[in-house]
Amino acid sequence: MKEFLYLIRGGEEKYEKNSPEEMQKHMQHWQEWMGGLAQAGQLVGGQPLMREGKTLSEGGTKIIDRPLAEGKELVGGYLLIKADSLEQAAKIAEGCPSFEYGCTVEVREISPM
Amino acid sequence: MKESEHIDDTVNHLFRKESGKMVAVLVKIFGTENIEMAEDVVQDALVRALETWKYRGIPDNPRAWLYRTAKNKAIDIIRKNKYSTLIDFSDPDKQLLTSGYTLNTTMDNYWKEDQIQDDFLAMMYACCHHDISEENQITFILKSLCGFSTKEIARSFLTSEDTISKRLYRTKEYFRKHKIRPKIPTSNEIVDKTETVLNAIYLMFNEGYNSTHADQLIRKDLIEQAMLLCRSLLSAEQTQLPEVYALMALMCFHAARVDSRLTIEGELILLSKQDRTQWDTAIIQSGQAYLNKAAFGSKLSTYHIEAAIAYEHCIAKEYKDTNWPMILKYYDIFLNLTYDPVVLLNRCMVVLELQGADKALMAIKTIKNNKVIEKYYLYHATLGEIYMRMHQNTKAVIHYQKAIQLTQSKQEQQFFKDKIAGVLN
Repeated sequence: MKEFLYLIRGGEEKYEKNSPEEMQKHMQHWQEWMGGLAQAGQLVGGQPLMREGKTLSEGGTKIIDRPLAEGKELVGGYLLIKADSLEQAAKIAEGCPSFEYGCTVEVREISPM
Repeated sequence: MKESEHIDDTVNHLFRKESGKMVAVLVKIFGTENIEMAEDVVQDALVRALETWKYRGIPDNPRAWLYRTAKNKAIDIIRKNKYSTLIDFSDPDKQLLTSGYTLNTTMDNYWKEDQIQDDFLAMMYACCHHDISEENQITFILKSLCGFSTKEIARSFLTSEDTISKRLYRTKEYFRKHKIRPKIPTSNEIVDKTETVLNAIYLMFNEGYNSTHADQLIRKDLIEQAMLLCRSLLSAEQTQLPEVYALMALMCFHAARVDSRLTIEGELILLSKQDRTQWDTAIIQSGQAYLNKAAFGSKLSTYHIEAAIAYEHCIAKEYKDTNWPMILKYYDIFLNLTYDPVVLLNRCMVVLELQGADKALMAIKTIKNNKVIEKYYLYHATLGEIYMRMHQNTKAVIHYQKAIQLTQSKQEQQFFKDKIAGVLN
């Protein structure tokens, strides 16, 4: 099996307006979806990211105090999973609960060592 | 009662009742290789409860407060150990503890009410594994599931804290080495495995019931905890076995009479001299209800028979009303089921009541060659009683003296000394 990275972007605005009940329900969906992956032995790991960040450019000489992309493009979290092919990995990503918040999920194969 | 005492009391009570359940859940999360981690979290939650409640008062739902505190502490530990090899996260359920997307929900699921009871039972079965000695089983149950401190267990067994620590260490090593995963046995194993659990519960009960500790609180605590464990077996459908009901009934019949067994000074009172109005009729009645429920299935356990015997004693208004022929019959049924020299000894006492000293002496001689029983103080106490009734005073005194040597209980020693004094006068 190959390894894939899901880059989850956006959704920040809606997350902030969330009620605790909605949040709980949403987290339950993560639980179910990731639980399925774990049971199938396809979950490697993954975490949500903090909002703050720094971006370095120009040979490391220029530093700005925010992530490179913000708003809809802000990377909010990542997952590492195992799948047979890019197609299968994309198929699995369809179930990602982040879509409930209008996120985008970019699926990328990890280059084999 | 002062507020601080009230808090101590509430916490103590809560702790005895809840710590075992919290340990069971935490052991499921951290694995049996990390039992100490689980115990530390529970201990920590307790200390925090005491500190916080002292200033802010006891919350509306102290149990929920305690659980929440333990849960948050567990989350802290998981976060700190996410990348360490201390906790094994390879199990799919546990893998979800390592992601921020799923940690909180997974943790909440571990603390669901219906799960907790199952985890607690599973832990009981794990503690009573065949390979762990009876002594170590009870020691471990008292520590992990009943919230006893090492010091309290040492007092329960009249031994040193050092000995208790060693026993606990051995059991923990066993869990670690064999990677025991606590679980409730499957239906085809449940009868067998429950037998060991019941044995441990009964030993624990007897430790509280029979031993004549100066420390009344410890005695009551042991009795209460043993009954609590048995009741939790009865609360789950899989473990509602006839022998479990029977043991519960038996313990009720004994517990109902516990206060009348000792004088205020802690001296033993013989059954024939006990104040029967002190017996707790409510507990006797619930014992009866348990005994009725025990009457299903095809298996007759020794607990059934012991309960029946204890019940006969409970319903006799006076000592002279005791239905000795019935009790003798029960003893015969028991001994048909399994040979037990101590029970045979008890039967001799019934023979003594019913048929006199000569017959009793004949009966007791059938067990004479047993090396173990000759080291048992009640064997000599019984012989002392028989010879006394036969007016063979020298022999009676010799056996009473032997009994005094063999028991460690001061109350019992005094009791036999009084007997000797009676013989010699």
